[in-house]
This record gives sequence, C-alpha cells and structure tokens, in this order.
Amino acid sequence: MADAARSASETTEVLAVDGLHVAYGAVKALRGVSLRVGRGEVVALLGANGAGKSTMLRTISGLVRPRSGEIRLLGERIDGARPSRIVRRGLAHSPEGRRLFGSLTVFENLRLGASTRTDRDGIEADRERLIKLFPIIGERSGQPCATLSGGEQQMVALARALMARPKLLLLDEPSLGIAPIIVQQIFASLAELKATGVTMLLVEQNMAVALDLADRAYVLRTGEVSLEGDARSLKANYEEVAAAYLGAGR
Amino acid sequence: MNMGLYIVQQAINAVSLGSLYALVAIGLSMVFGILRMTNFAHGDMMMVGAFATLVLGAAGAPFWLAALGGVAVGALAGVVVERVAYRPVRGAPDVTLLLTSLAVTYILENLGILIFSSSPRNFPVPDVMDTAIQFMDGQITFTAINVMTIVLTTVSLALLGWFVTRTDAGLGMRAGAEDLGAARLVGLDVDRLIVVAFAIASGFAGLAGVLWAAQAGIVEPDMGFTPLLKAFVAAIIGGFGSIAGALVGGYILGALEVLIVAFLPSSVSPYRDAIVFAFLIAFLLFRPNGLLNRAQEVKL
Repeated sequence: MADAARSASETTEVLAVDGLHVAYGAVKALRGVSLRVGRGEVVALLGANGAGKSTMLRTISGLVRPRSGEIRLLGERIDGARPSRIVRRGLAHSPEGRRLFGSLTVFENLRLGASTRTDRDGIEADRERLIKLFPIIGERSGQPCATLSGGEQQMVALARALMARPKLLLLDEPSLGIAPIIVQQIFASLAELKATGVTMLLVEQNMAVALDLADRAYVLRTGEVSLEGDARSLKANYEEVAAAYLGAGR
Repeated sequence: MNMGLYIVQQAINAVSLGSLYALVAIGLSMVFGILRMTNFAHGDMMMVGAFATLVLGAAGAPFWLAALGGVAVGALAGVVVERVAYRPVRGAPDVTLLLTSLAVTYILENLGILIFSSSPRNFPVPDVMDTAIQFMDGQITFTAINVMTIVLTTVSLALLGWFVTRTDAGLGMRAGAEDLGAARLVGLDVDRLIVVAFAIASGFAGLAGVLWAAQAGIVEPDMGFTPLLKAFVAAIIGGFGSIAGALVGGYILGALEVLIVAFLPSSVSPYRDAIVFAFLIAFLLFRPNGLLNRAQEVKL
C-alpha cells in the first residue's frame, strides 16, 4: 500500500488506459484503445455518435466491464473493480444526461456526491467553495433538482462530482441540451477548475469549446483512436480532425 | 346503537386493519422502488416471522421476546432470499425476477408445509393481549392486540421516516430508489443498500405476520398470500415504489374494507374482496401511477 502510494505520487500519470477492448454482446464498442491523462491535465475525447466515447468513460468508472486491457488510476489497476471502490480511489464521473436525483434537493445531491467521504467539516467547506463557483447552488439549495433548468442541473451535476474531491473528473457531454450562453458559463467554470489543478477527461460533441479548454485530445472513430495530439494544433487542423471523425474518403 | 360511537368503533377497526396492510405494502414498495422488482415472496416473510415466534415461544421464550425474535428472523430471511435467489439474477429481464420471486414463494410455503404441516396451528398469545377493552358500556370494543397493532405500526413508521429522511444511509436509499445507476456512480455501495432495504422490508413483514397471527389466533404456511395481494392493491393505490404512497394506500384500503362490511347492506359483505379488486382495476385504468407518484419520466 505504501509502495503503491509512493509510486502514485512519483508518477505524473493520473490515468493510463492500455489496449482496452469492450463489447456489448457481439457489438464491439472499443477496440484496443489506449490513452493517458497527466496530473493537472485536461484531455478531450472527441468523436461522432457511437464512436465509443461514453463507453470509454463508463468502463473507466466501472459501470461496464472490459473484455481485455488495463486501466490504471494513479498507478493502481481499477479495471473490473466495483464503481464504489473506484470512486473511493479518487475518480468522479459526471454522466451523460446528468443523472441527478431529481426528487432530492440540490444539497442532498451534493451530499450524495460526497458519499465516500466521512469528513463532515471538509464536506461543508467544499460545498461552500462550490457555491462560490456556482452561485445557483446556494440559491436553489433546498429545491428538488427536477425543478431546475437544464443548465442549472448541469452545474449541480458538476458540483456533485466535485464533492467527491476527485483526483480525476470524468465529464460526459456537459454541453448537451444546454443553451449556448450557459455552455460558455459552464466552460468558464471548468477553466477555473482547471486552473486550480483539477484533472479532467472530457467527452464533448462541441469540438470548439472542448479544444479551447483541453490540453490534449483524442479522436475516437468506431471504437479506435483515429487521431491524437495537443489541442492547439488539432484546432488549427480542422480538416484533419473532421477526417478523423468520419473516416477517410468522406 | 349510537351512530357516532359506531363510527368511532369502525374507525378503530379501519386503522388497525390499515396498519397491517401498510406494514406489508411498505416493504413491497421499498423493494420495488430500489430493484424495480415485484417481490411475491414478500408475504411469506409474514409466515416466517409468525412461525419463528411460535417456535421460540414453544422453546420457552416469553411471548414478547419470541415476537421480537420472530421479527428478526423475518428480516434475516429476507436478506438470505435476496442473497441466494435475487442477487444472482439481478439485471436479468423483469420476467426472470418475477418468476424467481414466485419460485421463492413456492419453496418457502412448501418448506412451511414440510415442517409444520398444512393445517393451521394455534398461535398462543398472552391473555392480556386478548383482553377486550370497552368504552361506553361496550358500544366501543377492541382488544389489546388492536391497540398494539396501531402503536407498533406507528412507532415502526416513525422510525422508518426518521431513518429515510434524517440519516445518510436513508438518503442513500432514496437515491438508490430513484436511480440505481447514478447511486453507483457517486460511490454508494448499492449491494449494501439493497440488503438494508430487504432487511427493513422483511422485518416489517415479519412484524405484520406476528400481529396478523395474533389477531387471527392461528398460523398457517400460506397465511401471507391474502395480505400480500391486499398490500399489492394498497401499494398501487398509493403509487408503487413510494413509501409514503404505500402508507396512504394501506390505510385507504383498510378503511375501504371496513366501510364495505360495516356500512353497506350485509348482503354486500361477501363481495368485499371483489369490490377491493375492482377498485384496483379502476386505479390501474385511470390512475396507474397511484395517488402520490408523479407520472413516470422516461429515462434515456
């Protein structure tokens, strides 16, 4: 345990995925995907619908079991582990469609985000910190989440994930179904979080905002990495990225 | 007879009966809420609780202790059934879960017949529980069992309410009932939540079984069947999967049954159950989400 902790602090790799294969029955969703996320880094995972982006996140957080391949979080193998154990090891996943507990209040959702923690004072302090980042949380604290707008819900979903004090934050489509002006606001908050050193793996359809935030990006196509590189050069090479999305000859 | 007193008398009967339905219905709803599964074996935990009380009593335990033990055995039986029968098929299609719970029902009831035979047995209770309590020259009469049923149900429900709304584990249960996948994602130990739900649900059923047997004076292996059907109706009236709904539904059903027997012509009384199930059909047709549930959202 002590060895593992030391090697984790020595490595700058928060997440290392190698040769990941995932299948739903006969359908192969991921075919040998490898990727890295370094400490403090924001990595975007881009690709068309059905390319395997959400599957990738769901496999990392333990909701889906891989056929083969290895996933390491801070140097420790987590592939095949139960989600609750993976969360305990420092991963938080803000899923597609937000998946808030709609009948529960905003504060209750935040409390649930800290399910794996027992430090009541720390939980309280983190909640106050998040209210500063997303004032809406304070204003709507006692309201059931189902009564919030899509953008407000997305902020609560982000805050819920952050309540776990994750070493790695997985974000699945934070812009989905949200008004453009709110998307800007949410990505501004994500940039603030990045500045405080939060490590993120971001799945996003909106390529422009994703590449603005990210340091590096991978493009997935039909379950394989078709392109990877640093965000700035990918942004300058729009045509290459589009080709990687859709495949050669399109 | 004074009409006002007659109404009071019937109200006591209604609350007493409704308490039993509520106790059973809440367990049914809790398990459904978290697993989306109709646990047909739920009624059998009543039988397990009552028989365990009988056995402990026969072994020399005082009734109160035996009853407490019976409730505990009922809760334990629910946890064992979840572990042995339901967990292995979790995530399978709904029909598989349904059939599994039916199979568990048959196994438990036949086990009951094997051990205790199919004929009813006496369920001895201390004399004080059978004592009639009378007011107004006997115009209002009930037994100590009625009072105990109402008091114990109230206490159990208050404890459950406190647990669900005031504790972290209760918050986890509410989260799990709403979205089990999201509960997993925030790091809740979903297996443990399900075990706790089964323990509480089955403990409540065990308590209902002991009270039911005490009122009827007998226990038999299939004693859970009719209460289960009634609890099912109660849970649907209130809104399946909702704890508060099961509570409300249980008392409405108790009141309805007493109303049919006490205030309609005696020629109607034999049709009590038929009327109750007609009520169920009406609810399924016109208010399928029950009184307390919102219309189901479609989850993508």
